[in-house]
Amino acid sequence: MNVLDLFVTGVGGQGNILASDIISETALAAGYDVKKTDTLGMAQRNGSVISHVRIAHRVYSPLIKQGEVDILLAFEKLEAARWCNYLRPGAVAIINNHILPPLAVNLGVEKYPGDKEVHGILSQRTDQVYFVEGTTSVTALGNARTLNIFMLGCFSHFAPFEVDAWKESLSQRLPSRLLQINLDAFELGRKEIHDVHV
Amino acid sequence: MKRLLSGNEALAWGAYHAGARVATAYPGTPSTEILETIARFDDIYAEWSTNEKVAMEVALGACYAGVRTIVSMKHVGLNVAADPFMAASITGVNGGLVLICADDPGTHSSQSEQDNRHYARLAKVPVLEPSDSQEAYDMMAIAFDISEQFDTLVMVRTTTRISHSKSVVDLSRSRPAPTGEVGFPRNVSKYVMLPVNARFRHPLVEERMVKLAGFAETSPLNRVESGERNLGVITSGVAYQYAREVFPDASFLKLGITHPLPRELIRRFAGQVDRLVVIEELDPFLEEGIRAMGVEVTGKDFIPLVGELSTDVVGKGAVSAGILTEPPVPPGITAVADLPKRPPLLCPGCPHTGMFFVLASMGQRLKPPDSGDNPAKKSNLIITGDIGCYTLATYPPLNAMDTTACMGASIGQALGMEKAGIDTNIVAVIGDSTFLHSGITPLVDAVYNEGKITVVILDNGTTAMTGHQEHPGTGVSAQGNKATKVELENVVRGVGVSDVRVVDAFNMKELRAAARSALASPELAVIIVRGACAVGVPQRGEPRVVDAGKCNRCDVCLLIGCPAIQTVDDKVYIDTTLCVGDICTICQQVCPQKAITPVTGETE
Repeated sequence: MNVLDLFVTGVGGQGNILASDIISETALAAGYDVKKTDTLGMAQRNGSVISHVRIAHRVYSPLIKQGEVDILLAFEKLEAARWCNYLRPGAVAIINNHILPPLAVNLGVEKYPGDKEVHGILSQRTDQVYFVEGTTSVTALGNARTLNIFMLGCFSHFAPFEVDAWKESLSQRLPSRLLQINLDAFELGRKEIHDVHV
Repeated sequence: MKRLLSGNEALAWGAYHAGARVATAYPGTPSTEILETIARFDDIYAEWSTNEKVAMEVALGACYAGVRTIVSMKHVGLNVAADPFMAASITGVNGGLVLICADDPGTHSSQSEQDNRHYARLAKVPVLEPSDSQEAYDMMAIAFDISEQFDTLVMVRTTTRISHSKSVVDLSRSRPAPTGEVGFPRNVSKYVMLPVNARFRHPLVEERMVKLAGFAETSPLNRVESGERNLGVITSGVAYQYAREVFPDASFLKLGITHPLPRELIRRFAGQVDRLVVIEELDPFLEEGIRAMGVEVTGKDFIPLVGELSTDVVGKGAVSAGILTEPPVPPGITAVADLPKRPPLLCPGCPHTGMFFVLASMGQRLKPPDSGDNPAKKSNLIITGDIGCYTLATYPPLNAMDTTACMGASIGQALGMEKAGIDTNIVAVIGDSTFLHSGITPLVDAVYNEGKITVVILDNGTTAMTGHQEHPGTGVSAQGNKATKVELENVVRGVGVSDVRVVDAFNMKELRAAARSALASPELAVIIVRGACAVGVPQRGEPRVVDAGKCNRCDVCLLIGCPAIQTVDDKVYIDTTLCVGDICTICQQVCPQKAITPVTGETE
């Protein structure tokens, strides 16, 4: 029934809510029914954040069922592993190769999972796991806060919308002084996923 | 015009297009965005009221004056506003009056998950429950009509998942031109609730409920969606969406009006299906009402009373009740449970951190998470807490909060502990917005009854946790205009506190000195800790860095709990994209090795 069930995960402050908003608006402009909901704790910053985005001809529940996510767009590695139970077998996981250690890890009480462990958890659900160098790329681009739009660029490779539709939603949602650098970040993401997803 | 709107935005547009002219609220998740959205419309008066009780009273006055009025709050806000809410039921309205009450199943950001539909039964007012943003928009117009037709306050009950989910809305209506004169028709028997009048009004309230029940029988908000006969589902709110996915072929009675119940409609529906179930979030409100009619029904024997529902939860319940046979989800991956958690923290540059670090140090509380209790380090300080971002100081490493109950409770609780005979120091910690909301009356109580507690008011100049709303202490109105600023120190001195200190939130020396002297003081002391919320500060100063040569890994800086301070490869490291720099420097001030410096390497 559903065309696309998408999970956007990350750490509060990484801009994932804006990213999932733009995805939803692009889907609406393309004529789909859309529901989008964010699950976040009480903190403004630094907690786990998940957006459920459901795109179809008719959507009922705003929350996606476990085992039915088609695409996972993760801004941080630990947060990618945390939500893998929601992935359907064979789902696409796009993961920013970046670590934001929680406090307990900083204090040496808990251990951040290694790349092998993260990959191991995700590979129990799918072999379509793509790590992208989002943080590195947008830092080199000159604005680390464009990570969310870089990740959108990665996602756009798998989404049934034209590039122009994405650019239109970006220009509607972003202030004009930040538009060009975000369009650049979008292109970088689109190119990078194209290179890793052959 | 089709737009993607959150439930809260849709409710606001609905009220606007229904001709509402006054809107009041106190911020509270998940209701805040309703008034925030309304405040952007220019031909409607919108205010952040001091608290929910005041919001309800202002709304009541406005509706008495003949204009359509909307008041919004979170579920526990109605506890604060319960008195005028009950009064509104008895007097009824003049202009339409709609209360939007946002419940929080799952306790995403609240101290409880009460089901506020019980309040409607208590007050004898109708309840509407939207299932998505389109219904939220459409129901507002109907709610105002019901309010005026039946002379009643109408409760629209939303929940976190409805309020904070975005879905497609056709904004099909437009705002009507203002009709009728604003005016208050003096009517003593309706508006002056002397016992003699209240006795006269009560039967009218009961008659109103009978009429509303008749209305609910035929309202299109209550609709049957015919399917197979073997299963009939009665549901409302977001639970409808989950149930529709779990039981795609069942017959549905979707209730948009959940109080009073449309009894005949329910009986007819029950007669048409083999098995009747209710799928509802939190309490068995509909289920008990239907069972009391003598209709055989189940629900909460397989749908949890506790927490938020989802398609997964309803599916699991359906399997346990034998309605479905297939397991609803594939088996989970066990390794996920062992991943480190990411509990929310005070932000980098948070103006609350310094004072909590001082209190935690003085109270011997600082310790990493899961490091166990050290009996040698018994805390000699009790910290009663309140509701706001600062409640996060409860978590390690600060461990700096011992109670949190409801808005404004910290001060009364501290006084109660003192009067019970506790002989250690007691500090009440409360934020600026919470203090104005309901901290003033307990402070008056502490003055009057000669308490010796210390009250810390953390003044970050905003209502931060709900997303930076204005309040009486900010000097700015809900609509962004200049307003009269209520000065906290004038309030505190005005109610009779003489030991009042105002200190800089980022000056550790000042904070320590103030805390020491207030705790040593033989009388009631108030410390106002002033510093702007870091999230609202546009200009970031030069970030701090750790000089690895000087750092001896004493890890005192990690005990601040700042998310910018991390350890990488056994070295302490400051994430310069998170550090707010010059405005804060708390880590630099607490570092015994002087190993933390501005990024350019200059030290003081």
